[in-house]
Amino acid sequence: MIQVFLDATSWALLATGSFLVIVGSLGLVRMPDFYTRLHPAGLTDTLGIDLILMGLMLQSGFSLVTVKLLLIGAFLFFTSPTSTHAIANAAFVAGLKPRHAVVPERPRRPASPKEAGG
Amino acid sequence: MIDTTINFALLLFLAATAFSILRRTTLFSVVMLSGVFSFVSATLLVHLDAVDVAFTEAAVGAGISTVLMLSTLALTARHEAPSSRSRALPLIVVFLTGLALIYGTLDMPRFGDPSAPVHTHVAPRYITATATEIGIPNIVTAVLASYRGFDTLGETTVIFTAGIGVLLLLAGTIREPTGLRITAMDHHLVLRVVTKVLIGPILLFALYVQFHGDYGPGGGFQAGVIFAAAFIIYALVFGLEAARRAVPGRAVRWILAAGVLLYGGVGVVSFFFGKNYLDYSALGATATAGQHLGILLVEFGVGMTVSAVMVSTYYAFAGQNRPIGDEEW
Amino acid sequence: MSLGDVLGLFNYWMVIVLMMTGLYIVVSRGNLVKKIVGLNIFQTSVFLLYISMGKVSGGTAPILTGKPEVYSNPLPHVLILTAIVVGVAMTALGLALVVRIKNAYGSIEEDEIQKMDLAAESEAEPTGHQR
Repeated sequence: MIQVFLDATSWALLATGSFLVIVGSLGLVRMPDFYTRLHPAGLTDTLGIDLILMGLMLQSGFSLVTVKLLLIGAFLFFTSPTSTHAIANAAFVAGLKPRHAVVPERPRRPASPKEAGG
Repeated sequence: MIDTTINFALLLFLAATAFSILRRTTLFSVVMLSGVFSFVSATLLVHLDAVDVAFTEAAVGAGISTVLMLSTLALTARHEAPSSRSRALPLIVVFLTGLALIYGTLDMPRFGDPSAPVHTHVAPRYITATATEIGIPNIVTAVLASYRGFDTLGETTVIFTAGIGVLLLLAGTIREPTGLRITAMDHHLVLRVVTKVLIGPILLFALYVQFHGDYGPGGGFQAGVIFAAAFIIYALVFGLEAARRAVPGRAVRWILAAGVLLYGGVGVVSFFFGKNYLDYSALGATATAGQHLGILLVEFGVGMTVSAVMVSTYYAFAGQNRPIGDEEW
Repeated sequence: MSLGDVLGLFNYWMVIVLMMTGLYIVVSRGNLVKKIVGLNIFQTSVFLLYISMGKVSGGTAPILTGKPEVYSNPLPHVLILTAIVVGVAMTALGLALVVRIKNAYGSIEEDEIQKMDLAAESEAEPTGHQR
């Protein structure tokens, strides 16, 4: 009985996670602008993967595999939003403007001691 | 049925990626797509039950290769110039070669056939004898480090030679450490904090992969690459000067040589006990204990050499005469 | 050529298509970095060919579990593991050569480099065999 409940929950989690990954990929292809494309890509990496990992954890029960999946989930929880942030920051610093937004001029501040001193 | 579909889908992905690499002229997209190619082929390798190989392909092909190619792009060009030569002759040559290869595969055993010739000669002996002669669960590590130990020694020397080659080629143009606290990413707070949090677990994971290679997928090669990745991310985020202060180039070169020396030295120690070169049964009280110790030592030697080669290659590429100011990021 | 034959062989055929794409990139494109990427594609598809040959249907990864099981052949795995790392060492060496070529010639396009070489040769000729 408990086994059926666990199986059903893990199926639901895996299906939702896969659905989010598919929606994310579709958004990556269909979105018009760089920044709007970045949003579904980040969605795929974080919530999609975390739901799939939770579904897999329920499948493997109380074993070493679950601990490893937990650690993988924690690692991805740190790195996926960071990489999305890094990509968006790099694009913004390089001067890519969003398609419809009005972006005020960035004031140039001295960012390193070398520039401030020289 | 499901297996075949997954196989076919992944191979189709790979073909689409390869065609995109062919057509793109922006070199940045080409390098990123080659990273995608490595990742998808690592997935296909897991599907083909080659977990050790998939681990190595993901770490090496998608990790280190992409970093080195991006470093090269920063030093060379951004776009591919349109070529003026005709495309007809290469196309014909490639087409004919492909046809000849496909004709050659008609004689091959079918995919997954358990009675194929490759499964009949030495492989069953390795599979059955590993439990009794060597005593570790990972058959691939047993074959790599013990049954085919000579091959792995030669290959460690090849990596060592490639590292020396890169140092010889690029050492003349490496700029001297200026001593200034120039960091590449002073205003990227999120990256700096997350990197500080993650470097410890990455190094721990590298050690885990190194010493757990006997019991699961892992071993010296993968561990060496992951170990080097931690130092490369430190160098990327905190600057090459900081990384060179943490792990100086001299120390890296010592570790590079020490790894190969350790591997070769384990073989020589067997001489002193009256056995053949790289016969690990001479190293312990029982043959199996000797095998365990021998495999541990040679895998550690391999890990040292691989990590030192990756780190020193990155230092050589990143240290080239092009100091990039902070405002250029 | 029954359907069973095609299903059993299409793995190899797709891998050969990948190999030929990589070979075509190496042969037909003049940019040195793109050639190295094409070489990597060629290498990876050769690895896939070997590992496909080692797979046993119904088998599992060659890690002993204590229960009697059918294992995939570990020998191609060992050979390809070493081949992957040697491949990246070769890529690193190739990229170092590209950096040096860029320093010496100022370009990484094969056509421009050949033109510069031919121009340097024809400049040296009128001075005779001076060493």
